[in-house]
Amino acid sequence: MSTTQLLNLYRVAPEFHLCIAGILVMILDPFVGPSRKRWLGWLAFAGALFALLAVHRAYESQGMAYDNLISTDSFSIFMHVVVIVAASLAILGSIDYLDREGIQRGEYYALVLFAAAGMGILAGANELVTAFVGLEMSSISTYVLVGFRRKAAVSNEASMKYFLLGSFATAFFLYGIAMVYGATGTTYIDKVQAALQTSGSIPSLAIIGLGLMFVGLGFKVVIAPFQVYGPDVYEGAPTPVTTLLASAPKAATFALMLRVFYVSYGAASEFWFWAIWISAVLTMFIGNLAALVQTNVKRMLAYSSIAHAGYILVAFAASTSLGVAAVLFYLAAYVLMKVGAFLVVTHLGQQGEKRLDIQDYAGLGTKQPVLAVSLSLFLLSLLGLPATAGFLGKFFAFESALDAHSVHGVAIIWLVVIAAINSVIGAYYYLRVIISMYFAEPSKDYVPSSVAPALSVAIFVAAAGTLYLGLLPSRVLDFARAAADSLPLH
Amino acid sequence: MLLSVITFLPLLSVAALLLLRSDDHAWIRRIALISSLFEFAFSLILLFRFDPSNAAYQFTEYHRWIGDAISYRLGVDGISLFLVLLTTFLTPIAILCSWESIQTNVKGFFVSLLVIETAMIGVFVSLDLFLFFLFWELTLIPMYFMIGMWGHERRIYAAVKFILYTMFGSILMLVAILWLYGLSGTFDLTDIQQYLATGSLPHTTELLLFGAFFLAFAIKVPLFPLHTWLPDAHTEAPTAGSVILAGVMLKLGTYGILRFCVPLFPKAAQEMAPLIGVLAIIGIVYGALVATVQTDLKRLVAYTSVSHLGFVVLGIFAFNTTAIQGAIYQMLNHGVSTGALFLAVGMLYDRRHTHDIKQFGGLATPMPILMSFFLFIALSSLALPPLNGFIGELMILIGTYIGHHVWASWASSGAVLSAIYLLWAYQRVAFGEVTVEKNRALPDASTRERIILVTMALAILFMGIASPLFTRRMEPSVENVLQRVNAPVNASRPARIPCMGAPADAQTTGGGAALAAVQAGGR
Repeated sequence: MSTTQLLNLYRVAPEFHLCIAGILVMILDPFVGPSRKRWLGWLAFAGALFALLAVHRAYESQGMAYDNLISTDSFSIFMHVVVIVAASLAILGSIDYLDREGIQRGEYYALVLFAAAGMGILAGANELVTAFVGLEMSSISTYVLVGFRRKAAVSNEASMKYFLLGSFATAFFLYGIAMVYGATGTTYIDKVQAALQTSGSIPSLAIIGLGLMFVGLGFKVVIAPFQVYGPDVYEGAPTPVTTLLASAPKAATFALMLRVFYVSYGAASEFWFWAIWISAVLTMFIGNLAALVQTNVKRMLAYSSIAHAGYILVAFAASTSLGVAAVLFYLAAYVLMKVGAFLVVTHLGQQGEKRLDIQDYAGLGTKQPVLAVSLSLFLLSLLGLPATAGFLGKFFAFESALDAHSVHGVAIIWLVVIAAINSVIGAYYYLRVIISMYFAEPSKDYVPSSVAPALSVAIFVAAAGTLYLGLLPSRVLDFARAAADSLPLH
Repeated sequence: MLLSVITFLPLLSVAALLLLRSDDHAWIRRIALISSLFEFAFSLILLFRFDPSNAAYQFTEYHRWIGDAISYRLGVDGISLFLVLLTTFLTPIAILCSWESIQTNVKGFFVSLLVIETAMIGVFVSLDLFLFFLFWELTLIPMYFMIGMWGHERRIYAAVKFILYTMFGSILMLVAILWLYGLSGTFDLTDIQQYLATGSLPHTTELLLFGAFFLAFAIKVPLFPLHTWLPDAHTEAPTAGSVILAGVMLKLGTYGILRFCVPLFPKAAQEMAPLIGVLAIIGIVYGALVATVQTDLKRLVAYTSVSHLGFVVLGIFAFNTTAIQGAIYQMLNHGVSTGALFLAVGMLYDRRHTHDIKQFGGLATPMPILMSFFLFIALSSLALPPLNGFIGELMILIGTYIGHHVWASWASSGAVLSAIYLLWAYQRVAFGEVTVEKNRALPDASTRERIILVTMALAILFMGIASPLFTRRMEPSVENVLQRVNAPVNASRPARIPCMGAPADAQTTGGGAALAAVQAGGR
């Protein structure tokens, strides 16, 4: 193997490891008896850990891979860590869940790994068709995963909905790529930038292309007005899959959005600023107001993740390097707290996911204090209480947005004020869960089940991460800033 | 180091509490009490080593934290010193008063109480806006739990109302803090102050920033018309919760006004002073009137807070040494007196499980000791000389009178009204025949309750007699604040205290002298 080929491999080492582990799981699956299937889960987890180590390998040998198709820069490395951590926590949460639901199968883990590989490509892509391949790889895997509870009608419905609307959205994305190619003659993200810069004014075809890509990507990150499917899918999917769905693909797709908007269309930020602005306001209000009236915790968390996509858009609107860093930090914080919250919900759902109502959580504070404290931590972090990751995420997001007021004027200050008001609206529904857990009388028919070791490790890691990012964010923040600087911004 | 120790010692004892078994109630209570007494002792060291002539921040600590802009910076000056002491003084009292009344989830209760203590002290000692905001928000959650878990019937409603109100204010303050950071590039309070002192801030920006900060603090104080969360939170909270809430937490608001709003945005503060002064006076009179007609004893005491805190805000916005010293002193007085009122009301509640005034009557017969202390506390709250409340109110009124005759006269009506509502309520509760048969057999104050009441009464008396000990230490810091306010605009404000034979230049030479004169007159 020549050094170039080896270097190329190093630069996609995480994806490589994820795919190898996935394939290995699929090969071994027929040879493993039904009672031992859970070991495939551990194998997949090991694969994810190796992929995490491989991220280090990629970090050591940064640069462009495969003729500039993949860009392994700090930005991509950061997102790889986020995505793979989310995927491995989701795997840990799945092992006992699948046993409980009686759907323990090898392909589940393989699909999670392939999805993660797709998201890795999404985060590192420097070429739009490559990005499309990554998007499809992660999407198709998750379509199947959402419907993994074959016997539950909600799961099937969710899978169908997600598949139909999802393919529609990816078609938009593809059409957008075609437009961009028509306008600029290239599909390389950095070359589009150069083409748009030299052309002086932005051709309208390129703007239409951006709009279409915005539809496709906006669908995947669940922002208004493309958010309608989100809560149904999140509610219907098996909870560990929701865990994955609400965290990793969102992070990876935001990464691609950053590359497309900031790098390719950096010169056109005044065009897309208002689109992001309006979308952010809608997303925050729809997410928060709808979450207020939910009684199903899973659905409530789904709306909350829509609201959080809105806060991310606030930082996104900044269109500065600081904005990129803020988005990255927010994604890292968001993934940890959201994964943590959904993992707790995974456990509390009990067999058949029957106990998802807020009232079902009554008295949890006395019955399962540790679980209740961790869920409270995640909820308070989502709420944005200081000393947690969620607060600093919002803090840096607002900071970067305010910092950009010299570029965007008063509009972005208003955006921050709207976001601030929204985070108070959001406080109400997060606190409702805490009220139920601590202030309400315990329901008598609830028999607490002990938390499986794998799940408790996952919850612990998420909780520790949430506190770490909340109290000592410097290292992650520095990395996020370095990642932002590694993007060839306008 | 001392300040860090004081700030985080309660958190350390929380760790100790968490190691105990949840049903080991006796030791949970003991450890909480002992650690809070140690905490008080440490804060006394702070008091004795404090240099009264120094206007700068003392016991400062500095560590880098997040990036270059956010640091861990602590320090106290004459304004925050006594508020720290107030916190460390009231916490053991609050623990002692919950000794028997809290029986469910005892561990959680004392953990919440100690976390609140750390957070409140943190607010008073942090000199970095980020750190300040962190502690500021941290006070909310344990208080929310305290009201929601150990409160009375409508506790959940009250807890949610409390937290949403306060969060709404503080989130806008966060935006303002970030805005300040964008302008000055730092979160350090002294650096920001220096930056703002250059006068480079556009007028509208200053007004907006002032507004965002002030809204957060005004909700906390609470200033009329933002007070509606307070009666609910107070009425529903357990006794210890009310003591902490009224005793210290409301002062976070007035402290914030004095520490941030006024010195950072002096022009805006001066401009808005007429409006805020009027709101404060409305609060004084309205709070007093509403308190008069309450049938629920605890709600009555809650409304007295609206009235008394109106005095404090009025004092701050009178912008002279005497009034501001009086305002700070009144913060302490209100903490002690109203805290003590809530303690006494809580003792009645422990016996009868009601706050309804109609359920009482003639209580002086079965409980002479408890009710005489109640009277003493009520007298301190209605500002009877030579008790503590008198000094604070008088200083505020004198200070206000210098610049605003009308304000002072309206505000003094509050002093009269306070006598009406407190004495009338006391009369209905304590005097006359025992109307409800059950009350005849009520036990008088137990040893534990006597310890609490005597401590509070001694504090009240001491603060009434020895006020120069306090005001002397506040003075340089207050002068410091005033310098910022008065420097650009009217430096030639008439510096005369036109009563009781105080020296004509009392304002510049110090309120201490004026105060001595005031006290002489008072006695």
